[in-house]
Amino acid sequence: MVGAGIGVLSWIAFLTAAHPLGITSAYERTAAAILAPLGLASDYLAQEQLVLGWEWALVVGVFLGALVSALWSSDREPSTVPPMWAARFGDSRPKRLAAAFAGGALMLFGARLADGCTSGHAISGNLQLAVSSWAFTAVFAAVSVAVALALFGRKGRRHV
Amino acid sequence: MFEPLPRMLGGLLIGVAFGVLLQKGQVAKHRVIVQQLTLERWTVAKIMATAIVVGGLGIYALLPSGAVALHIKPLLVGGVVLGGVAFGAGLALLGYCPGTTVAACGEGRRDAWVGLLGGLAGAGVFVVAHDAWAAVQRWGGSHGELTLPQVTGAPWWVWLIGLGALIAAAALWGRRRSPRAAERGARRPFPSHF
Repeated sequence: MVGAGIGVLSWIAFLTAAHPLGITSAYERTAAAILAPLGLASDYLAQEQLVLGWEWALVVGVFLGALVSALWSSDREPSTVPPMWAARFGDSRPKRLAAAFAGGALMLFGARLADGCTSGHAISGNLQLAVSSWAFTAVFAAVSVAVALALFGRKGRRHV
Repeated sequence: MFEPLPRMLGGLLIGVAFGVLLQKGQVAKHRVIVQQLTLERWTVAKIMATAIVVGGLGIYALLPSGAVALHIKPLLVGGVVLGGVAFGAGLALLGYCPGTTVAACGEGRRDAWVGLLGGLAGAGVFVVAHDAWAAVQRWGGSHGELTLPQVTGAPWWVWLIGLGALIAAAALWGRRRSPRAAERGARRPFPSHF
């Protein structure tokens, strides 16, 4: 049902904004807005306009929507080390946060290189039957499953 | 620096709905993403596949009316392959995707906030050397804004209805297996209410 809701939301985005649902260009624009005053974004600004637009507002909305939804259903989880991580790597906060930072950096760098993420490629691109999006999805699905199995092990062999 | 207010408000409202759906769909939770990647739990794949079929049927059905247009990303081989590898590895390490990272921040998860900062750093690395990365994206060639119907000759509804049939078959198969799955679930280290 949640999937169908996201599908319908795609129709609304295409109809009202002529824009697919996507998340990561907002990260890119924010990074550029921070780097521009430092003079580090000149390549970028020659190609792209520094506009915090529809997609940026969308990302702010995702945060607010999740916040309201979590409060509404008493489903807030103000945790630092998720249980599955702790079971495998211990409950050290610095270790988990370092991994989260590195993982986030690698993920967003990859998303910008590929020009999209789980939303922009794997949902919005795939639903338009874009070859680039299906190819990206195949690559990241294979790599993420392989890395997750290496990190967390198979279900049958996990003893916790 | 900002787009006009009505457009920003439209984006905000659609974002709020998206955020509620992601949170209610349980995909702002580390265990749900990681258990998808270790193939123990299929929540993420089900949501994505359903969104693709429902979204795609609507968009392609509206296309002839001119109310919507396609926004296809070009097939840049280097970008898609190398980006996919970095994205997949980072996703497994962080345990949230870019959108669900933001939703997980809404749930109060501190590791997601740090993942978000990491994401800004990673996007920054792309921004700082934008021209060099643009050249990397074109390794292996740039093949334009291709769609599966263009490449294969099979019309859009064959692809979308085929994918829908695949989901239905997988759901039925999952249901037939469910007594065993329930038995395994009882021994699962992280019950859903954890």
